[in-house]
Amino acid sequence: MNLPTREQAGVLIVSVSGRIDHIASEEFTRALEPLLAGCVKGKAALLLDFSAVDYISSAGLRVLMMASRRAKAQQGTFAIAALQPLVQEVFAISRFNLIVPCYASVDAACKVVGA
Amino acid sequence: MNHVVFWGTRGSLPVSLTHRDIREKITAALLAANGKAFKTRAQLDEFVDQLPFAINGTFGGSSSCVEIVGDGPAHFICDMGSGARALGQAKIAKYGVPNPQTYHIFISHLHWDHLMGFPYFAPMYYPGNRIVVHGCHPHLEESIRHQMQAPNFPVDYAQAGARIEFDLMTPGKAHYISGINVTPKLQHHAGDSYGYRFESLDRTVVYSTDSEHKLDNPTEYDAFVRFFAKADLVIFDAMYSLAEAVSVKADWGHSSNVVGVELCQAAAAKRLALFHHEPMHDDKQLSRLIAETRRLEQITRGSRQPLDIISAYDGLSVAL
Repeated sequence: MNLPTREQAGVLIVSVSGRIDHIASEEFTRALEPLLAGCVKGKAALLLDFSAVDYISSAGLRVLMMASRRAKAQQGTFAIAALQPLVQEVFAISRFNLIVPCYASVDAACKVVGA
Repeated sequence: MNHVVFWGTRGSLPVSLTHRDIREKITAALLAANGKAFKTRAQLDEFVDQLPFAINGTFGGSSSCVEIVGDGPAHFICDMGSGARALGQAKIAKYGVPNPQTYHIFISHLHWDHLMGFPYFAPMYYPGNRIVVHGCHPHLEESIRHQMQAPNFPVDYAQAGARIEFDLMTPGKAHYISGINVTPKLQHHAGDSYGYRFESLDRTVVYSTDSEHKLDNPTEYDAFVRFFAKADLVIFDAMYSLAEAVSVKADWGHSSNVVGVELCQAAAAKRLALFHHEPMHDDKQLSRLIAETRRLEQITRGSRQPLDIISAYDGLSVAL
């Protein structure tokens, strides 16, 4: 899985796209691994730009929970932004909006988690 | 198989409505009536029928007990939670005492909420009845006897009038029982639990409660898709939200509505029944859960056939 990155306001923004289903979630875990390794105290916050994600399954949501948990353990900052409306509904129904920080847009997230 | 009757749908611990719950329902109904006058009982019934289920009904509070009504004379029952009391009374009322019946009871696991109704299952006290308790736990008989030994219960197991037999089943193997093929499946739960797939000539029902699904295990996911394949009805443990099930309540042995929808969609099942309701959830919360689950199915359906979603409640009868 290709996860292009860019920097904005001191935040490392990762563009995620497509469907994160049960098959893709394993690849998603592996692709996130090096990015999470750098998500530590004093380093740039890690923000997943979900604007191009059109589906996420329970397995994909679990990957996000594990990522958020790891970042927290490392005292890093991890968040997600710009969820499409249907994906946002999946977050709400699964209650993942309560355990993973979500922001309406990348700009809004950068204002909060940026340096 | 004709239909399924839910006698107990609550998870972990039986619950009942409180005076406050009843008062809220009455208040909500009167507010909805808004001073309306009803000239006949039929008009009143019509008004009550159109109220939301959280106002005109309740999901109930008995613990797990589900009846699968087959084509033959034998009775098929999944689990002996506290709902088994009402089921037993209904059978005695229907068949009477001098009319011996055969009951096949399938036990998912030995936790108390799934066995506690057994001593209150009236047919066990009447000679002539035959009760076959099926399960995969080696200590099945011991567990049932133990809960009816002093000081746990005033009536000893030896007082049972019915002939009670125990059948230790093999997981993954189809067992032909009174016209129905029954296949148990090992599930992830403390002390192990077993789901059951019931197949008649033209209908399939899956009973899968107290089952946690590990989302990082594709092999397990595929195995459950096969277990649920093309079922007419999947009765599924939807006790927690997905977020709870994978975080604070991971390893508590239960699942979520989200995983239920995904597995049933992948398995091309026709209907999903949310089951084993969280005792903390009131009728409003459970009504919200079913609405959200239907919405989830709608937005993730893609090109698949629609999956019918219901939420089980005590007393619900579902035609297959």
